[in-house]
Amino acid sequence: MLIGIKNAAKLIGISIIACCAVLVCTMFLNFYLDVRLIKGDITSELSMIFYEAQVSTAKVVCLVSGGCLFLTSVVMLIFYIKHYIDTHRKDLGILKALGYSNLQIAENFWVFGISVLMGTALGFGGAFLIMPRFYALQNKDKILPEIALHFHPVIFLYFVLLPVAGFSVLAIGYAWFQLKRSVLSLLKDDFRIQEKTKKAQSRQNGLRKKEGLNEQNRLRRQKEQNEQYRSQSQEEQDGQTTQKEPQRYSAEPSGENSFLQDLKRNTLRSRKTLVFFILFASFCFSAMTQMSFSMKDLASEMMGVMMMVIGLVLAFTTLFLAITTVINGNRKTIAMMRVFGYSQEECCRAILGGYRPVSYIGFAIGTGYQYALLRLMVDIVFRDVEGIPAYQFDFPVLLISLAVFVIVYEILMHVYSEKIKKISVKEIMTE
Amino acid sequence: MIKAENIIKSYGNSGNRFPVLQGICLEIQDGDFAVILGASGSGKSTLLNVLSGLERPDSGKVYYGKQEHASDKADDRNRFPSPAIEQGIEYAGSDKAYGGTDITALSDRELTAFRRETVGFIFQQYYLLPNMDVEKNVKMGADLAGNREYKAVIEAVGLGEKLHKYPGELSGGEQQRVSVARALAKKPQVLFLDEPTGALDEQTGRQVLDYICKLKDQYGFTIVMVTHNLNIAEMAKTVIRMNSGKISHIDTNETQKTAYEIGW
Repeated sequence: MLIGIKNAAKLIGISIIACCAVLVCTMFLNFYLDVRLIKGDITSELSMIFYEAQVSTAKVVCLVSGGCLFLTSVVMLIFYIKHYIDTHRKDLGILKALGYSNLQIAENFWVFGISVLMGTALGFGGAFLIMPRFYALQNKDKILPEIALHFHPVIFLYFVLLPVAGFSVLAIGYAWFQLKRSVLSLLKDDFRIQEKTKKAQSRQNGLRKKEGLNEQNRLRRQKEQNEQYRSQSQEEQDGQTTQKEPQRYSAEPSGENSFLQDLKRNTLRSRKTLVFFILFASFCFSAMTQMSFSMKDLASEMMGVMMMVIGLVLAFTTLFLAITTVINGNRKTIAMMRVFGYSQEECCRAILGGYRPVSYIGFAIGTGYQYALLRLMVDIVFRDVEGIPAYQFDFPVLLISLAVFVIVYEILMHVYSEKIKKISVKEIMTE
Repeated sequence: MIKAENIIKSYGNSGNRFPVLQGICLEIQDGDFAVILGASGSGKSTLLNVLSGLERPDSGKVYYGKQEHASDKADDRNRFPSPAIEQGIEYAGSDKAYGGTDITALSDRELTAFRRETVGFIFQQYYLLPNMDVEKNVKMGADLAGNREYKAVIEAVGLGEKLHKYPGELSGGEQQRVSVARALAKKPQVLFLDEPTGALDEQTGRQVLDYICKLKDQYGFTIVMVTHNLNIAEMAKTVIRMNSGKISHIDTNETQKTAYEIGW
């Protein structure tokens, strides 16, 4: 079999995200279904307001967290399948050349559903481990009648069986779509390059238009320069010019980018999905850690701890996978740079440096998101509930969270910088 | 001058070592065009890697520099002014008695600095950066030498009109010419070529070799080329023949043929 369980195991990121999504969604949907069972037992108006707030919270958390994590899993799965096809295109091309149909090859991609199964099963089991404690905390205030924990098979269907089936179908469908290339384009080395070339060219053309330099003018100028150079070369050959021209072309404008700057920009542009993952990782870190501190006051300590753990796991898993993919995807470039004499720091700066601003933007978005979400919860969802403490933006928590993020991010970059150092300069020559 | 002294290199683990280079000694003079010839598995590529500082030998030394005196070294290097020399970077492995640098004694950092300022590489498979156009690929080498005139090199290899083309849009010969321009824009003192025409057809191969020779005459760098094509040896001044990890012969050609005069 072309795609084995080992490949599915590489999708640990999807497993972790699926686990977190199912854990949160199972808890809150189960709670939502259980809390609805006690609606008939509520007698007081205060209890009814509190009940409505609980129902709204469960809905919001389920939709916002579950939806966000579900979408991330989809993006990650699609990214991994594309990455898998790109790196195994020759094998797939040979299979197609031998006569296997696209669907026959794509069918093998169902195994990626296993990684989803691993995550959803763990998340579902984990939710039922945590829920007794969660229910006990909800019942502690005695505002509502006792909420009992029930097992709802429909949740198992929604959050375990359907995602596995859905993701398997998605994997097969996307693989089938990706395989709709000619055999030659899969077998040839440069099909991806050509694709990127077209994109890069259209981007460059767009830039030229923006600058008011159309292609015709550029070519005319280029031709003039070439002719000028040729006549100079001819003069040199004829002995008319004995001294070498110090500069045959006029120097580029001072704004000309260095190779390292170009490479940094190219690395960012060539894999936009990774930019999204790094943005998502820092977003998770920022939003979940800051929110967890506020949750301690607004909900419970347990909710706070749970949120922080989920946030950290999501952030580091995504960041780890994204940076590893960046490094692996640029091994040849790094090896070639090392061959030419670029230092480890320069390689690191060019390949990873571009993601630093992205991660800080993600952190800023996360900060804004958690503030807006909590403001929404306190001002709208819990508006009529008494005893909810006033919510203010917590600057000390922001500073601590930012400091921890900067330290952890820089340590991670240092670790990867060492990984870059270990890429053998000879590696490129022994392929 | 490059001087190799008793280079020994083997691969494999301690129980099963396979000797690749067995006591190689050679000298390549400045401005020489040396070709290393040998059958597949004779160790020629490994020798090139060791001479260029891409690989460390198990034992032996590789010196770069002049035999005469250390003070001559600066004049020699200034032929291609390099940022590292301008910044006064000295190699730890500098051997004053010999008047050169033993690159096998350099640390990884120093070896990187050495490659940065001294050598250029051209490989059989080009290894261009696919997402960057011709100009940016060449800038990869040019920036290391602070060379702002790199477009002249692109022009010199006949790709002046393809500055903004991507490797995927170029033919094999054109890609190899980009890799030639990339290596030369770095202003190397020594250019190492590993089967540069191995992936090219006869006509394109001749064209690439012709460009390299013309540029060598223009810039005066040393060429060390690995090939299994016996005909290419007729273009070289020094021909080093290898067999089973040893040098079997070193010949000197009185006259050198051009790329269009040799057989293929």
